[in-house]
Amino acid sequence: MQYRSQLLKLLSAVIVFGAWEIAGRIPVSYAFPTFLESMQALARMTFDGSLFQAYGETLRPLVIGVAISAVLGIGLGLWIGLSSVFDWLFSPIFIVMQAAPLAALIPILVMAYGIGLTSKVFVVCIMAMPVIVLNTSGAVRNTPSSIKEMGRSFLASDRDVILKIVLPAASPIIFSGLRLGISAGFIGAILAELKITPTGVGDIITFSRSIADYPSMYAAIFSIIALAVLFLNLLEMLENTLFEGNYRGYASD
Amino acid sequence: MAMPQTKHAFETATDNAVAVRNVTKNYGETEALKNLTLEFPRGELTSLLGPSGCGKTTLLKIIAGLLEPTSGEIEVNGKPVTGPGPDRAFVFQDFALLPWASVMRNVAFGLELRGVARSEREDIAAKYIKDVGLAGFEASFPHELSGGMRQRVGLARALSVDAQVLLMDEPFSAVDEQTRRKFQEDLLMLVQNENKTFIFVTHSIEEAVYVSDQIAILLPRPSRVSEVIRPSGFRDKGVDNIRRDTEYLDIVDEIWASLRSYVE
Repeated sequence: MQYRSQLLKLLSAVIVFGAWEIAGRIPVSYAFPTFLESMQALARMTFDGSLFQAYGETLRPLVIGVAISAVLGIGLGLWIGLSSVFDWLFSPIFIVMQAAPLAALIPILVMAYGIGLTSKVFVVCIMAMPVIVLNTSGAVRNTPSSIKEMGRSFLASDRDVILKIVLPAASPIIFSGLRLGISAGFIGAILAELKITPTGVGDIITFSRSIADYPSMYAAIFSIIALAVLFLNLLEMLENTLFEGNYRGYASD
Repeated sequence: MAMPQTKHAFETATDNAVAVRNVTKNYGETEALKNLTLEFPRGELTSLLGPSGCGKTTLLKIIAGLLEPTSGEIEVNGKPVTGPGPDRAFVFQDFALLPWASVMRNVAFGLELRGVARSEREDIAAKYIKDVGLAGFEASFPHELSGGMRQRVGLARALSVDAQVLLMDEPFSAVDEQTRRKFQEDLLMLVQNENKTFIFVTHSIEEAVYVSDQIAILLPRPSRVSEVIRPSGFRDKGVDNIRRDTEYLDIVDEIWASLRSYVE
């Protein structure tokens, strides 16, 4: 079973990359390089160190933003889920935030916070936080009442109920919120680098495009997707070690 | 099996583990319980039996301290109930297990909440896991167990905190017929061996008569105790003979006759 799922993963990768290679060879557009060309560019950037330098810059707002979104998002979500007053107060903000056209708001952020790290962290947070907050609050609100009642009947304090019952019970949906939020955070980090100031990976994308070095541009995009997938897999492993019994297998396996 | 009977003879009705006095519970306009008084003799199993919607689970949760009565008082071992306490343990109809926790952690959960050290609580839990017949499943998770096994976990959790009063809310209603029969026999053994007071909510007349020392018939809207029946003649005849005992059959018929008109 394990072997078969590995095989299927490999097969789906081969199909996608094969389609990419074919589309690049036709070619679909002169601005669309083949898979192999892109991988060559990726290898070149990896070995001359420019890719690591770029990620040094890109990861800073990304990691800070995702960390803030995760901690603050789960905290706020927990609070909103537990108290209906907080629900009324804060839920609308995050629903609006989720629906807001971020690219259009970036100029306002730049006016307020300049073109430095702060604005970029903000962009990552605006992308990542709403789904984390909304998922967490929804899951907390829907904790099965019978296990909360069980906790109380076995003398759990309010703190015990939250830490040992509500949070673990909500964890599958909190983690799915984290997965979505972190993916959105990656998009936010690149968006910030394309729209605010070209640094890091955003700089590679913008610069390569301007000199028509499309393989490098696609290599940069590919690398950020690969990093996001790696990150999401690590998150899934963390979830499975923390809450083993909740594990039923994901479609992504 | 002669013990319960002689015990009745020795002890007067005043030795009650739990006493419910004039309890009324309203949900808004609806009267769920009205001026209900009932006593639960120590070391015996008392069933709360009645048609659905008669408030038997409400009464059990009030005794557990999970619900507040609108008026009236509950005493457990002479002390008034103000909330959940270490003297009572609850067995839930839907098992209420933690799906992310192993059988071991689930059984030890009550002790964990009481701050018992890990090695100590796992020793105690291991004993009760073995007692309920789940040895070897300590590391399994609830979703890997059958319904009957899950309820055994719930039972082991309630036993491991060593409360004097066990509150069981239709504990066997979610398991299949054959498992239920086995549970009922095990419960009789438990009542004999554990020296605890059991309060048992059920909607099955046969089950109530089979396992109870005392059956309180509750009638609905608003709930009150209509009758308390104490079967006495067939307890000592062995688990295999109870179901064909004439007293058993008579009581079952009698209860059905009085409940029939309340069942839609």
